[in-house]
Amino acid sequence: MTAVVSPPAMRSFSLGPKSARVVEALVIPIGALVASALLFSVFLIALGKSPATFFSLIWTGGFGSSFSIQNTLQRSAPLILTGLAFAIPARIGLTLIGAEGALVLGGFTAAAVAIPLVTGGIAPFLTLPIMALSAMLVGATWIGFAGWLRHYRGVNETISSLLLSYIAVAIMNFFVEGLLRDPASANKPSTMPIGDAYRVGSMPGTSVHWGLAAGLLLAVVLWILMTRTTFGFAARMTGGNVRAAKAQGLPVGFLVVACCAIAGACAGLAGFYEVAAVHGQANASLVAGYGFTGILVAFLARQNPLSVVPVAIMFGALAASGGLIQRRMGMPDATVLVLQGIIFVVLLVSETFYGRIPFLQAKTTGDRT
Amino acid sequence: MSAQMIADTATAPTAKRAPSLETAGMTKIFGPLVALDGVSIRVEAGSFHALLGENGAGKSTLVKCIMGFYAADRGAVLLDGREVDVKSPRDARDLGIGMVYQHFTLVPCLTAAENLVISRADAPTIIDWKAEMPKLEAFMARMPFQVPLDRQVSTLSAGEKQKLEILKLLYLDQRFLILDEPTSVLTPGEADEVLGLLGEMAARGEITVLMISHKFREVKAFCDSFTVLRRGRLTGSGDARTATVAEMSSMMIGDTEVRERAERVMHNDRAAVLELAGLCAEDEEGRLAIDRVNLKIRSGEIVGIAGVSGNGQSALVEALAGQRPLSDGGIFIHGKAFEPKRSDFDRFKVFGLPEEPLKNATVPRMSVAENMAFRAFDKPPMTSLGWWLSPGPMRRKAEELISRYRVKTTSPDSPIEALSGGNVQRAVLARELSGEVDVLIVANPCFGLDFASVAEIRSQIMEQRNRGAAVLLVSEDLDEILELSDRVAVMSGGTISYVSPIGETDRNTIGQHMAGH
Repeated sequence: MTAVVSPPAMRSFSLGPKSARVVEALVIPIGALVASALLFSVFLIALGKSPATFFSLIWTGGFGSSFSIQNTLQRSAPLILTGLAFAIPARIGLTLIGAEGALVLGGFTAAAVAIPLVTGGIAPFLTLPIMALSAMLVGATWIGFAGWLRHYRGVNETISSLLLSYIAVAIMNFFVEGLLRDPASANKPSTMPIGDAYRVGSMPGTSVHWGLAAGLLLAVVLWILMTRTTFGFAARMTGGNVRAAKAQGLPVGFLVVACCAIAGACAGLAGFYEVAAVHGQANASLVAGYGFTGILVAFLARQNPLSVVPVAIMFGALAASGGLIQRRMGMPDATVLVLQGIIFVVLLVSETFYGRIPFLQAKTTGDRT
Repeated sequence: MSAQMIADTATAPTAKRAPSLETAGMTKIFGPLVALDGVSIRVEAGSFHALLGENGAGKSTLVKCIMGFYAADRGAVLLDGREVDVKSPRDARDLGIGMVYQHFTLVPCLTAAENLVISRADAPTIIDWKAEMPKLEAFMARMPFQVPLDRQVSTLSAGEKQKLEILKLLYLDQRFLILDEPTSVLTPGEADEVLGLLGEMAARGEITVLMISHKFREVKAFCDSFTVLRRGRLTGSGDARTATVAEMSSMMIGDTEVRERAERVMHNDRAAVLELAGLCAEDEEGRLAIDRVNLKIRSGEIVGIAGVSGNGQSALVEALAGQRPLSDGGIFIHGKAFEPKRSDFDRFKVFGLPEEPLKNATVPRMSVAENMAFRAFDKPPMTSLGWWLSPGPMRRKAEELISRYRVKTTSPDSPIEALSGGNVQRAVLARELSGEVDVLIVANPCFGLDFASVAEIRSQIMEQRNRGAAVLLVSEDLDEILELSDRVAVMSGGTISYVSPIGETDRNTIGQHMAGH
């Protein structure tokens, strides 16, 4: 605009544009976590409990022993996948919160296709990939449909994916309580158990199932896809400014549906591992809220596929320590959900701080004339 | 206007007369920017005063300080010689200072009468229309120009809306009017009418007008004094009737070196390159936004499309750019059907400079280098194996373009939104014009840019024409069209209503077609 005043003090501390963005993307979420911890401490003090005990129990319950670390990682595996399921569509500008539905439906599909394969005596090394692929396919179709509705019919993707989740749960319940109910599952209607021979085992030397490895692998692959390929570049263009993407002749509809399908496949795969590694059958236990916690994970990770991993582990630890909190502090295990809720709200508020904290900004002197 | 009406106005009980207004040493600092640096201007009572300056010169900041939107860091406002304290736009209104903004502030679904009444500070919760209507009619009869009171605002023409905006200020008994580029939405005819009427009111001492403008023609024709700002400082003032355009423009741009205007190379009759055949496209409500547009553009020719904004020009550009689907008709390039998708943009060498580049041609949060790679990111050398991105060549290409097109940026990695408007446009220009261009679609390329950038961007467009590109130029700035085009087309009501070679038409004829005659 006009003349520039240049106080020497501002010169000495200045960040390059890239590093400034990295620092900002670290400082703000960490600040949000600290603020949430403080708010939650107020909540605990009001209840007459000690915040110090609480947070040390979280540490013990999450990372205190090799057992708790494995418990944490076990719970992180689906969170990595559902975190990716939110992060990838977010890169193309969509707020899809339907991972829960895709997870449930994917898990149910895996259990359902397993029934004829297992009874037909098909070998596990053939059956499991078929289960995994059908879970991913159904998840991809489910969330891809929300993306299709968004792009071609202008339906708000947040609403449609949320409502599709309820439909997904209802579809599973319909079959699990009816046509595909295992008569042996008296109290908790379930599909037929796939049997121990068909279970996905643990990774060597641990009790953590292979879903964690799949999550780590997908996080790296998707990070490469979004940052190092033309597909990712086009998707980021579309997410950043759809008008510009259209003016560059990009196939916006394809990109939107493809990103949604990738997201659905991630969530569907999470469902597959829940069935094939954890529960051994499909039932109401699949509806465990992993899809919704994944939203929180992706938010805190700033939609970066790689950052999803450590954040998912953190929330895995939180979930893993719920039992310990219940036993030692005499608080319901839903207490950790209160903490999760506080983190979510604070995180949403912290979104408004990007680009507003002066010392975190790159110097742009001379750019404005 | 009839003599009868002037007599009425003269006898009308006008309690307040036009005030004078001064600013003394106005200074406004935004962070590291000194937007206004000790600006003192004087607007005499009953004068029609022009405030000139390039974009970013501080004109808007100055009037916003006067209106109380901003608190000045130093300086004072004097009304009729007395210092006044304007803390908010409400204070300004109470003092009788009113402003007409670039964009309309009327409520489109209400009638003119309703808009007037609700604008009052003391608008009652329940409006007694039986009592109000005669008062409004009496007010309207006193005014030198009228707007039908019972018409819904959305059905008024742009000129009538602008008149209603001004009437609203007069209705609130505001006698010091600040107009921010009031004619940008009007046809030349409407602009002349509105400014002429305001000029007459000022001459009778009923109002004082301070008008932000950068149209020298209007300033010369209607204003009687002017002030020029440049880079936040006062650079000159004087009598608008005696000062020459050259004097005023040198105060505006200072000694900035302006790139030479590109010469127009004469071509012999060349083949048509771009052909629009019966193009139709719908707006968001499903009405025809463009209606059977037919146009042929030859190689080495600029066809300028003039029109009052909102007559389908932006829909036409969007349709050509692939941002809006066609409902009928076809686009042909070199006789072959063209579809606005990526492979066809490359095959036919179609490039575009859309209006508001930050909104239409860039991803604000992506870096300058990435934004400059939008055309080439999916082709070697920026990709290998068809999908693997190579940041090295992308960055090198950006560095080359940044220096060749003199884009001012701290680094190729800065987000493009950190750049000024002129530099964003230059970055887009670099991306779109650095290769071979057969068809160029340009929309309001200089809107909101400073003088030096304008000259540079226009000469770049002319260069592409000279090299043989077929150029479609959509612009709301008639001067730009007259300067650049080989042929002029006028768009009105979604269709092309008039086409003429530039040598066989003039501003008035074009203006009449713009108004729909």
